Amino acid sequence: MDLFLQNIVNALQWGSFYALIALGYSMVYSILMLFNFAHGDIFMVGAYIGFGVATALLGFVAMTGIPLPGWLILILTIIITMFITSFVGIFIERVGYRPLREAPRASAAITGLMIGIILETGNLAILGARRLSFPQLIESTTYQFGGVYVTNKKILIVGVSLTLMFLLHRFIQKSKWGMAMRAMSFDFEAVPLMGISINRIAPLTFAIGSALAAAAGILYGLAYPVLDPYMGILLGWKAFVAAILGGRGSILGAALAGFMLGFIEIFAAWIFPSTLRDVIAYSIILLILTFRPHGFFGKAHSTQLRL
Amino acid sequence: MALLRVDNMTHYFEGLRAVHNYNLILEPGHIVGLIGPNGAGKTTIFNLISGIHTPTEGNIELDGHNLIGHQPHKIASMGLGRTFQNLLLWRHMTVLEHVKMACYSQLEYGVLDAFFGTRRCHREEKRITSKAMHLLETFNVAQFSSQLAVSLPYGAQRRLEMARAMATNPKVLLLDEPTAGMTPDELNRMITIIRKVHQDFDVTIFMIEHRLKFVMDLCERIQTLVFGEVIAEGTPDEIKNNPDVIEAYLGKEDVT
Repeated sequence: MDLFLQNIVNALQWGSFYALIALGYSMVYSILMLFNFAHGDIFMVGAYIGFGVATALLGFVAMTGIPLPGWLILILTIIITMFITSFVGIFIERVGYRPLREAPRASAAITGLMIGIILETGNLAILGARRLSFPQLIESTTYQFGGVYVTNKKILIVGVSLTLMFLLHRFIQKSKWGMAMRAMSFDFEAVPLMGISINRIAPLTFAIGSALAAAAGILYGLAYPVLDPYMGILLGWKAFVAAILGGRGSILGAALAGFMLGFIEIFAAWIFPSTLRDVIAYSIILLILTFRPHGFFGKAHSTQLRL
Repeated sequence: MALLRVDNMTHYFEGLRAVHNYNLILEPGHIVGLIGPNGAGKTTIFNLISGIHTPTEGNIELDGHNLIGHQPHKIASMGLGRTFQNLLLWRHMTVLEHVKMACYSQLEYGVLDAFFGTRRCHREEKRITSKAMHLLETFNVAQFSSQLAVSLPYGAQRRLEMARAMATNPKVLLLDEPTAGMTPDELNRMITIIRKVHQDFDVTIFMIEHRLKFVMDLCERIQTLVFGEVIAEGTPDEIKNNPDVIEAYLGKEDVT
């Protein structure tokens, strides 16, 4: 029983990463009908920017002697990194996707893959092949509830993720930009005739998606403090699976499916030999998609992937 | 001075001439109709005016401002509203959201206001909600305000689309077949609503319509378009008795 609860805690943490990244895939898909295949690498870039920001803040503390507590540095790191990384997203939209908006979707998909490769190898060229270790900004403490061990980092990771998802949900449901994004997902053509420029909504969507990926990058760095240029590939693909499983373009679906993916993986590793984890986990997901090809919240009318 | 003016507009779709030498002068406060057989290029003219396509040749002016080369969202904010023949509603958004969406540029708050739900954000949302409800009442769809657009009866969807277009405060409203697919009952209600909107909002209307009775009832002037060219223009009576129009619609009259 304790082991079961322990696995739930681990799955929540693991699912947070998937959910945060999957949201970015889903948001972009819902308005532009394309999957930004560079999104996993934006997560990687976010983690590296987070590394830079955290190092700079620690250096600032060491230089000036102002004793900023670790948690404050962490919060500042998250906010500043999200802000900087959002511009990476805006840049990618402007340079990579906007010129191809009228092009066949396959070209846009390939563009994403190429941008991804550029980000990975560019990072390799600039920072070299050595792995970086993410600075540990807060002391790790472990709390024990019965037989279940919960670290403060796990609580933080799940808490920050859920908070960001809540803010995003409110933004999408209540604000004028959120309304515009939802409107674009139903009918692209009518939106400009309300006086709304697609060239404002699209960059905003990339910015928010990238900022969420950056938050995931820092939280990931807290839990697994080794950064390398290819860290975004596998995680990005798995989050992409979550976005599909949730239903293309569904924000709520992406978040739920992200957590679900975390659960399936962790429990597959618990029940079966852990080397078989992904084989079993993704066989289960394949089976789910066989019966629900549109995912959990996908709408049959808009699910033609225009490749 | 004309509110909307189109001079010598010609448009080709990859070599196919869709509109040829089209002219329009829309005086403030008028209702003008555009009729013609299927495929005559009526909707193309609407798309050219609203900026979805850019004309190959010619000039379009709205209230003295040149529209050529501007993006659709810019033209919309300059005071042009329109509806679509095949109803471009956002299926799974509520009726109220449709009209609020059209008030987008009148909502004054920032991205961060929206994320953190500040007081300014709530105040603005409230202001626009009451404006939107007022519009929904005008178009007889207020009772559906919290329903999804897709669940509305067909006639109500058409009225909603019109309410949405009016929410952008247009000077000129383009209506693309406002009665398509309507029952006679809904049709009569639509006539009343268009008259009311025309008076209450002081808006100039240019409409494409197939039902001659409807156009004859509402419009001061009518243009007849065949194969992208205007073959007749005049008052409803002149159009009704014009032999070219009769020929285009009914085929050539046998002279006996």
